[in-house]
Amino acid sequence: MANTAITPTRMVLNQLKGRLKTARRGHKLLKDKRDELMRQFLDNVRLNKQLRAKVEQGLTEAFGSLSVASAIMSPEMLEQSLLYPRQSVELGMTYQNIMSVNVPVYDFQTRNSDPSEIFPYGFAQTSGELDDALEKLAEVFKDMLELAQVEKTTQMLAQEIEKTRRRVNALEYVMIPELEQNIRYISMKLDENESSTKVRLMKVKEMVLEDAHHYKQ
Amino acid sequence: MGFKALGLEACPVANAEEARETLRRLTKDSEDYAIIYVEENLAQELQHEIDKFKDVPKPAIILIPGREGPLGLGQTALKAAVERAVGSDIL
Repeated sequence: MANTAITPTRMVLNQLKGRLKTARRGHKLLKDKRDELMRQFLDNVRLNKQLRAKVEQGLTEAFGSLSVASAIMSPEMLEQSLLYPRQSVELGMTYQNIMSVNVPVYDFQTRNSDPSEIFPYGFAQTSGELDDALEKLAEVFKDMLELAQVEKTTQMLAQEIEKTRRRVNALEYVMIPELEQNIRYISMKLDENESSTKVRLMKVKEMVLEDAHHYKQ
Repeated sequence: MGFKALGLEACPVANAEEARETLRRLTKDSEDYAIIYVEENLAQELQHEIDKFKDVPKPAIILIPGREGPLGLGQTALKAAVERAVGSDIL
């Protein structure tokens, strides 16, 4: 890995030392970031798991009721009952910043706040199972929204953690060792130069003295 | 079908090809959907398209079980996220 392209001078040495310092600092910061992200992520995953189980169960129940309803009512009637919704949902979306990851936060508003407004049909000609199914759906829908938020957060955190982890590893196993090695190489080269200069000077001194006084040590 | 009554927009599709078309239409920039719920049995065919939206905040594509009940795809997606972050499956 010895990089032969570097010139062994004091200036480069100082530069490399500065870079090593920055790299160490960055490594520490990124490591902290990764740890904190991981903590948040694991909390999120736990919540995600619970919510998903809840939503899956709720939806299965709701669909079950809907199946019963469609068995009792004629398909045309069912279609007609649900044709025009009386309720509508406004979904607002803002961003929350978790460790510099922008995750979405949803808040939803229904146009009609009355919970019984979900039934877009008269009760006279429809079966009670349909009411049941819709009620269950409405209930599970809140969890579905939360699930969407949590799941998206999980995905985005996962991506950020992966990125951070790569950076930490690159710094730890590539950048920092390389810098250290280059610094060692330069300081060794400088020492070597110094000692060879010293030897040369001693030799020159000897020669000059001999020339002047035929003096031998 | 029931979701329509709640005020959601339902996009019924007959097959995977149609689903892909619909998903593309819904995820175009001009459309402003924040969350798209996809039934698991359709999601199987659309895995590639869905993965594209994993790293962007909008839209969130969330798998929900279809009429046949949960297929476990949603759990698998969660597992994949954990694996991606931690490096191994710790759940």
